[in-house]
Amino acid sequence: MKHDKHLTLGIETSCDETAVSVVADGREVLSNIISSQISIHTEFGGVVPEIASRRHLENINDVIDAALSEADVTLEDIDLIGVTYGPGLVGALLIGVAAAKSLAYACDIPLIGVNHMHGHIAANYLEHPDLEPPFMALVVSGGHTNIVNVPDYNRCEKIGGTRDDAAGEAFDKVARVIGLGYPGGPKVDKAAREGNRDAIDFKRVYLEPGSYDFSFSGLKTQALNYLNTEKQAGREINVNDVAASFQEAVVEVIADKAVNAALEFGQKRIVLAGGVASNTRLRELISEKAAAHGIDVLRPSPILCTDNGAMIASAAYYAYRAGERSGYDLDAVPGLEF
Amino acid sequence: MKDIEHVILQLNTESDTRDLGLRIAEAAEPGDIIALIGDLGTGKTALTKYIAEGLGVTEEVISPTFTIVREYRSGRLPLFHFDVYRLASGDEFMDIGAEDYLEDSGVSVIEWADIVADVLPEDALVISLEYGDDGESRVATIL
Repeated sequence: MKHDKHLTLGIETSCDETAVSVVADGREVLSNIISSQISIHTEFGGVVPEIASRRHLENINDVIDAALSEADVTLEDIDLIGVTYGPGLVGALLIGVAAAKSLAYACDIPLIGVNHMHGHIAANYLEHPDLEPPFMALVVSGGHTNIVNVPDYNRCEKIGGTRDDAAGEAFDKVARVIGLGYPGGPKVDKAAREGNRDAIDFKRVYLEPGSYDFSFSGLKTQALNYLNTEKQAGREINVNDVAASFQEAVVEVIADKAVNAALEFGQKRIVLAGGVASNTRLRELISEKAAAHGIDVLRPSPILCTDNGAMIASAAYYAYRAGERSGYDLDAVPGLEF
Repeated sequence: MKDIEHVILQLNTESDTRDLGLRIAEAAEPGDIIALIGDLGTGKTALTKYIAEGLGVTEEVISPTFTIVREYRSGRLPLFHFDVYRLASGDEFMDIGAEDYLEDSGVSVIEWADIVADVLPEDALVISLEYGDDGESRVATIL
């Protein structure tokens, strides 16, 4: 029994991962189970094909049990249920929401629906015990590229986002084009370390002056055109150079805009979140640019950058503390905004 | 949408793509399915943005690659924008609840539709997009 602490069970099923976690007092991760990383497949009925919501349904109870067991608690010890209700894939979200509602009802404990994007930001509260708002957040992942002003625990004000492809998506697509394969983010990151980032002059797309929005879909076309031109000219393509030059064009714009946003809103810290926050060059460049203005850059460890239940539990805990409650009519909202 | 079938269109500029998108939107009826086929960078998402514009969608239409589908309900008809790039088959498409969208009274636009061709109804409007000769232009074939 751990009754001296407030325990939140966090459930995340918005996309590929069935993930459940137990978090104490919104900050301490007692368990963090992510289905696609479980090696003992037999226990969970085989390897999980990525996106089918049916698989979430097959997994969810086992993953909840595993999270409780690893945290060494039982359902009776849990004080609060937090669940992602959007944005995401509707069929996938519904599984988590239905499980969360049933548990909250059966255990007679409060339920909080969490915005997946708020969760990514909250991952930093787990990583950095002393971190408190206000700060500027940069959420970059396969599905999202957002700059978010965070004045307090329960307010996330989106000030910029992508107008076409997300940053992570651009990495995946260009990786495919240059034959690096999936997942594009880590592969491009690795290849780029061996390449010359000034080899090819990919366009930096800043959009209108003062805009915090992004546009990455043109880069993919530029990469394709570059490859075609080189092939037609009979020149050999240096994949590492393409990766490094492309990556530089993406992360330079992201880093510049995040630092400018922090300056405009008077924030002394930039907090990274989402899968692309693990990109080596982005971390390096943004830290460099921020340091020039006396701004600190924080980020979660890679395991907390991916989709996970712990970040949802943390976000739910702070919403709960602010008096928020969700009813049993909580529904999945696939297109949920910030 | 019979009036715009069996046509080969040369899209020399972004403005040509926009015209095509607006024409599709104008002719669109509840339950219509528009299947887009074409490699990376051929303008599938761009065409979808213009279909959305023609339907009067006011939200920013962004890539649905990660979430597979995004819904827009601010236009004349609901728009369901799919990108099945990450799926492996028509069965997986059905697993994620595609039927509910396709049978709804909105317009469904499906990028990389060749992946899920086996489960699409026969009356879907199929548009194939390819690179033109000069890298900038595109060729749309409406089947």
